[in-house]
Amino acid sequence: MAGKNTARKEREIGAAVGAATAPKLDRLVHERLRLGILSALSVNESLTFNELKKLLETTDGNLSVHARKLEEAGYLSCTKSFEGRVPRSDYKMTAAGRKALERYLDHMEALIQAMREK
Amino acid sequence: MHAHAIDNLRYIRKTMERAGSFTAVPGIGGMLMGSTALAAAWIASHQVSGFAWMAVWLGEALLALGIGIAGAELKSRRAKLPLISGPARKFVAGFSPAMLAGAVLTAVLFRAGHPEFLPGVWMLLYGAAIVSGGWASVRVVPLMGACFMVAGTAALWWTGIPNDAFLAAGFGGLHIIFGTVIAVKYGG
Repeated sequence: MAGKNTARKEREIGAAVGAATAPKLDRLVHERLRLGILSALSVNESLTFNELKKLLETTDGNLSVHARKLEEAGYLSCTKSFEGRVPRSDYKMTAAGRKALERYLDHMEALIQAMREK
Repeated sequence: MHAHAIDNLRYIRKTMERAGSFTAVPGIGGMLMGSTALAAAWIASHQVSGFAWMAVWLGEALLALGIGIAGAELKSRRAKLPLISGPARKFVAGFSPAMLAGAVLTAVLFRAGHPEFLPGVWMLLYGAAIVSGGWASVRVVPLMGACFMVAGTAALWWTGIPNDAFLAAGFGGLHIIFGTVIAVKYGG
């Protein structure tokens, strides 16, 4: 009974917090792989496509789609070149990307804080 | 919602720590270590006694250790990550056994009167330590370790070549070359 009440209370609080904060949440950053890409680039000057793929343990197609979305949003910059005959993509985080990740981190922390206070 | 937010923060932290392996090895520190090794090789080549020669290289080893730790600390601070993070712990765990083996062999070989084998043993085991410590890092780190292993093997094979020339090429040259690559490509 107590468990059911707690679960209901958590759902109610979650809904309240969610309603209060949802408009601010950057959905572009919220997706798991995109969050991983930004987190990895936040501690590196630049990473190649293959380094990101190895680090995030994902497929070429998946990484390519999500990196392009971040690039289109202006959160990443991508430089394409050739290493011999092999194409190479270097990704860097832009200032807008860094701000977006910081905003997202603040958002998550605020969410946890709000839940603790309730 | 609460659990999801915590989970997301954990994921960000974990990814940053794993990605930190790309930056944990200090390139500028490596370049500095290479420069001090070149100076040490020059000083050591002018020593007449075996003890003095050994003292120069042991001093250089301690200096290089200090530079390495300071370089890693500065790099971690720039990346806003603690020095004792997951990647750093993994590096130390992989790096230490071969270095301890090197220390034991140094004492044994020096006591047995075979200092001619020391440069080869040092470079071979230092290389093995870097390969195993830097296995999860960017390719250039284990590649540097492999080059040290090759240099160590060459030094053990051709004992006729002066010890300090091998040590200058290995601890000096390889550190400067790979340190520059790491500094340029992996943020300092």
